Amino acid sequence: MFAEIVSWIAVAVILIASAGMLIGRDWRLNLGLLALQYMAAFWLVTRHWPLGMASVKLVTGWMATAALGMTRLSLPQDDNEPETSWPRGQWFRLFLAGIITLLAAAAAPRIEAAIPGLGMPVVAGSLLLIGMGLIHLGVTSQILRVISGLLTILTGFEIIYAAVESSILVAGLLAAVNMGLALAGSYLLMANSSSEGSA
Amino acid sequence: MSAPAVWIGIPFVAGAMILFIPRVRFATLAGGIVAALLALIAMFVPIDTALLLGSFSFKISASIQILGRSLLLGAADGPLLALIYGTAALWFFGTEAAGVANRFTSLGLAIISLLVASIAVEPFLFAAPILEMAALLIIPLLVLPYQKPGRGVLRFLIHQTLAVPFILFSGWMLAGVEASPGDIGLTTQAGIMLGMGFAFLLAIFPLYNWIPMLTEETSPYVAGFLLWALPAFTVIFALGFLDRYTWLRTTPALSNAIQTAGLVMVVSGGLFAAFQRHLGRIMGYTSVAETGLMILAMGLKSAFSVEITFLLLISRGLELAIWSLGVSIIQQEKDSLRFSAVRGMIRSYPLAASALLLASLSATGFPLLAGFPPRLALWEGIASQSPNLVFWMLAGLMGLLTSAIRTLAVLVMAPEYTPWKFSENWIQGIMLGVGMIGLLILGLFPQVMHPFLSGLPAMFEHFGQ
Repeated sequence: MFAEIVSWIAVAVILIASAGMLIGRDWRLNLGLLALQYMAAFWLVTRHWPLGMASVKLVTGWMATAALGMTRLSLPQDDNEPETSWPRGQWFRLFLAGIITLLAAAAAPRIEAAIPGLGMPVVAGSLLLIGMGLIHLGVTSQILRVISGLLTILTGFEIIYAAVESSILVAGLLAAVNMGLALAGSYLLMANSSSEGSA
Repeated sequence: MSAPAVWIGIPFVAGAMILFIPRVRFATLAGGIVAALLALIAMFVPIDTALLLGSFSFKISASIQILGRSLLLGAADGPLLALIYGTAALWFFGTEAAGVANRFTSLGLAIISLLVASIAVEPFLFAAPILEMAALLIIPLLVLPYQKPGRGVLRFLIHQTLAVPFILFSGWMLAGVEASPGDIGLTTQAGIMLGMGFAFLLAIFPLYNWIPMLTEETSPYVAGFLLWALPAFTVIFALGFLDRYTWLRTTPALSNAIQTAGLVMVVSGGLFAAFQRHLGRIMGYTSVAETGLMILAMGLKSAFSVEITFLLLISRGLELAIWSLGVSIIQQEKDSLRFSAVRGMIRSYPLAASALLLASLSATGFPLLAGFPPRLALWEGIASQSPNLVFWMLAGLMGLLTSAIRTLAVLVMAPEYTPWKFSENWIQGIMLGVGMIGLLILGLFPQVMHPFLSGLPAMFEHFGQ
């Protein structure tokens, strides 16, 4: 019962963090929310994996966040990078986050019924992250936000995949993909900054 | 010594070591020699068979265990490994001629080793994250440290990453389909998930918009390498799926879907190529059409499906290498690859322009060139199924031919009395010459590929047997 309550709290944290990332403009806040997201995802993964294996997700996620944060911190760019894609209003993004929440709430019971044993919080948390990540990719072209969106989608997938696959190799490979994505993002951020500096 | 250690471990370590070689020429030579040696070993040393050299006996075992799973390269994989590393050697030897940074060779070797790992991993479903890791390693090649990343690179990254969840999850669902084959709903869902995964990985219509962007905004040689390596291994991965799951091969709807997807790519790639005014974008759209041809070959209801697919892969590897090398050499002279900028270039870069033209004609299936035999075989295969397919394939190839003729017209459009001269250096001349001769040899004597092709169907126990 306690674990179930904590799982639902984790889902609430995921909702707040992912919606906050979608709406927020400050990269520091966004990376903080990404780290929080990994914390909640870690708890949901522990529902199906042993603590030791699940902690790989948390450690990798935080390392990825740290890599992105340290790179962004070292760049001399303006904090308020202009967003080039439209529409860009905060209310519009909040509206999108609301739609994703409704879709996740509607789809979670059906998926739970189709694949019994996953657990409603696991399905709901996973769907929320995948949906918010996809929305993130749709409304931005900024490198940091794109990488955050991809990491969010992967986290959502990893939560639900952990329930059906417990191979150590696949856990390792997905951890490597997460880190690789963060490092590729860091590289692109630095290249982008250098090109602007030299222009 | 195990086969994965030889063909995955050694190139990966060699790639890391080559990174520390400062001179491009030495790095190029080292990378090319390593890849060529690995190709020769794969060709002449059988895997999992004890060999006696004098009093010394040795055997390359087939598998190693990693984290409870195995990496397996069996005896049947030998010809494929020889092909892969042979083609990779060609790419690496061309690095200096193309004027690409020396990390191309080192990262290229690491990428090839990861891609080989993707065909070696058991269960084969786990190849998806390995393919993604290879795609991530390409990023530093696509974007130079002081270059603003373009939209194409970001879209490439997004599409490759989105493929991973689809493929992995479809693998889990396919296991369920095997357990209860009568469950139509589950079968449909698994098919859709798998289709989406491969649509992202292979850049199937309409998800290929990043390809022309990439060939326009990055080094043509690196883009060409990417367009050869990733689709080649993804096709092998897809053939593994078709081989493993009987219902994928036997469901008529799925077979039709594969053929339709291939045909749409051939037609759209060909038509878009016909209207481009940029050499890089033409190369990009042509590669889209060629991927369509491979998908079309995979969907053939024929015992020769695997052979035709691999024949297409071989000619594509050579064509893209020559094409992108020719474009890279021209780009070193002219910053832009637009038609207006490269007009009349054949007078000053005759070898590069000729190579580019031969490669583009080969892609259209022009007789006597490498692309002709596989297209003829594919044509014969689809003609036995439907005349409509033949017509649409012809339409796509006509589009490619139009783009080749337009390129020819632009390259020869030099002002009157412009003198002919060879501006290519000797390395560029040798690489282009070897490549063009290779295109002609593969076109005139396609049977030279027989030793490779005859062994390849053994990789797949059921498909194409």
